[in-house]
Amino acid sequence: MSDLSPPKGTGPLARLEARLAWGLLAPTITAVALVVILPLLAIFWISVKPVSLSDLRAPEVVIREDIRGDTEAVGDAASIRYRLRNSSQDQPIRGVTITDTIPAGLAVSELDPRCTLSDRNLSCDLGDWEGGFRENLMIPVTLEQAYLDNGLRPQDSPAATTGRASSMLTNGTFTLDNFKRVFDGDEFWSVLWVTLFYTVFGTIGALLFGLFAALLLNKSFRGQGILRGLYLFPYVSPVIAVAFAWILLFDPFSGSANALLIQMGVTQEAINFFGQRPLALIMVTLFEIWRYFPLSFLFILARMQSIDTDMYEAADMDGASPFQQFWYLSVPQLLGILSVLFLLRFIWTFNKFDDIFLLTGGNAGTRTLTVNVYEQAFAVSNIGAGAAVAVVIFGCLLAFSFFFFRFISQEEGL
Amino acid sequence: MKYLRFGYVTAPLLGFLWTFVIALTVAITMSFATGSAFRPSGLGALIWGAGLGLACLPGPVWKPIIAAIVVTAAALFGFGPIVIGQGVSGFSSILGAGATAGFAALGLKIILDGVAFGPINRHVSEASLIKFLTGFGYIFFTAIVLIPFYVMVLTSLKNQAELIQNPLDFSVDLSKGWDLFRSYDELFRQFDFGIYLFNSFVISVLTVLITLLFAVPGAYAVARLRFRGRAAFSRSILLIYMVPMIVLALPIYIAFSMAGLRNSLGGIVMIYPVTTIPVALYMLQGYFRGLPAEIEEAGLMDGLSRLRVIWKITLPLSLPAMASVSLYVFMIAWNEFLLAFMLLDDPSKFTLTRGIASLNSSEIPRQHLMAGSVIATVPIMALFLGLERFMTKGLTAGSVKG
Repeated sequence: MSDLSPPKGTGPLARLEARLAWGLLAPTITAVALVVILPLLAIFWISVKPVSLSDLRAPEVVIREDIRGDTEAVGDAASIRYRLRNSSQDQPIRGVTITDTIPAGLAVSELDPRCTLSDRNLSCDLGDWEGGFRENLMIPVTLEQAYLDNGLRPQDSPAATTGRASSMLTNGTFTLDNFKRVFDGDEFWSVLWVTLFYTVFGTIGALLFGLFAALLLNKSFRGQGILRGLYLFPYVSPVIAVAFAWILLFDPFSGSANALLIQMGVTQEAINFFGQRPLALIMVTLFEIWRYFPLSFLFILARMQSIDTDMYEAADMDGASPFQQFWYLSVPQLLGILSVLFLLRFIWTFNKFDDIFLLTGGNAGTRTLTVNVYEQAFAVSNIGAGAAVAVVIFGCLLAFSFFFFRFISQEEGL
Repeated sequence: MKYLRFGYVTAPLLGFLWTFVIALTVAITMSFATGSAFRPSGLGALIWGAGLGLACLPGPVWKPIIAAIVVTAAALFGFGPIVIGQGVSGFSSILGAGATAGFAALGLKIILDGVAFGPINRHVSEASLIKFLTGFGYIFFTAIVLIPFYVMVLTSLKNQAELIQNPLDFSVDLSKGWDLFRSYDELFRQFDFGIYLFNSFVISVLTVLITLLFAVPGAYAVARLRFRGRAAFSRSILLIYMVPMIVLALPIYIAFSMAGLRNSLGGIVMIYPVTTIPVALYMLQGYFRGLPAEIEEAGLMDGLSRLRVIWKITLPLSLPAMASVSLYVFMIAWNEFLLAFMLLDDPSKFTLTRGIASLNSSEIPRQHLMAGSVIATVPIMALFLGLERFMTKGLTAGSVKG
């Protein structure tokens, strides 16, 4: 009865609980590490390597085999031809060898000095190949009866090749050219400006539209459920479907919007909505607002419906007008959710890729940072430069999340 | 603002604005429905709207009715708030003019309810303005949401020549019968859309199952169990959920190219769940936290192990949340475009979104593209409308993801 102090450290039960927790989390952590953390590290790695799309495959020996000459009768002279080349134009392959089986009935009459033949197995040591190397290796043979009988052709037994080549992705060459390319010239600043315009106006617009829609539906009437469902359509439907519908609607030649505007006398000739410089950016921003106002609308509506109605009754008694009630009661109550939504939507709009890619492909002054990743990596096929842009995006993202977590810790809810 | 608080100012002003909104709406509706030439007139709306506004001030019912009839007649004679172009059929003209005048008068009667001709107080004037804005809001939002979908559906029923001839004419020629659905028929017969539909469905369902399999235990651990690093963990979930897909898509593309996993649905099924696990985990842990811990503790006291507690108590209690999460994950997987676009090149293995992207070429008529879009949109809409309750809850619970 000497020790009555509470136990120190973690007890066995707590340890068991922690172990169970990690056990339950292990699959998720593994999967996320494989698909999120590893690629992120890979992006940093690639961004300092001079990699282009064609470097993704390590250079390899390409071999084609056929038989040339007369192969009609016994005693005919023919030759087995191996057409060899290095698949890469600039990467060398070291220590190339090929091995093949020569079918029965073909007697090798003369052997290339680099090759040896034991029984029917041919093996050649072709040394080192520079990039773009190609060669035709001929093995002259004489036909025998067996060849005509069994019908086995040289190309029926595929030749095996070996060779050592270093892949651009794993070797020790590093460069800062990718980042130089990204930050070089005016292009980067115009891309950044477009991204900011799109993000800021897309986010604010979606919030304001959402607020307006939520105010409309924050009362019960017949058909409220239907309207609420309807207003969510843009968000729920596949982006590719609605993006193409917009493109068709605003087509300069056969688009209904243009026909309508001309008919109403707003414009004389068709407007190329997604092809003109300032207009295309405004249109993609409008699309962003159109597609994501439902989300803000849902969140704001949920918050509105949880506000106590007593307050409004009291305000009514005190003679507050409807606009005063909105400004002095609703807005302060909604400020929390509005700011959280703003931050989250800001980050997500910043990250948005599909919408602009589908609507304009980043043309006509709508190239944002995310579209630039694709553009650099696949259109210009410079994977390294694409990765460098991705690193820039990730940097911005870290800065945003820093703000986000400083801020969100004060807001309950989300 | 003070000068506006007189019935004789408020009524004509709102009358003009509302009449113009109605004229514009009717013009667009009639144009889209029949392809005929209607357009609103600002001057007409100003003159007739002001008159209608004054006539619709509270008073005998015959005043707005007479006013509406006068405006209809004016519109038919060519100087009303809506201008009817040449060659519009008599029926359409009467319908357009009547609808404009009727809806304008009806709306104004409601908007101006309680507004006196003379001075009015702040409450009444703001109430009328709010009623105007509400009406405008309903029309505006319904229009912007419906028009793209309307164009999508009706374009898919037309043919190329009709589309070029009059882009506004969306009237459906019912006499064509089943031939209307020719684009759909061709998509399913020649473009393998049946396979794409099946692929998309299988991938989405597998994604949902795998996501739940990973996320449920994870969410439970984060919500209920005490361990070091719990707070940091739930934050990093949110952080991961903000990493843009395009940043990850590039290395995934490289890795898949090297591992030969491109062009395989298995590869897609490996990737999709990982993009949805953080969201699902985040949504579920919020719900699990809201469940009373006492029930689970009772289960533990009665000798159930933790895993059996999850299976027998937590899961049955959280079925609604599971439904929301499943729907939401299904929606993400069904609508996913970027990864499918980058990783699938073989037309026999496309998902629906990838299939639609392949229709976007100058050789394939546009109605096929729209028919494909409709095919992709209809299932998700049907699912969503049928289970709207869960979906709304699911979206608000954790979907901040774009």
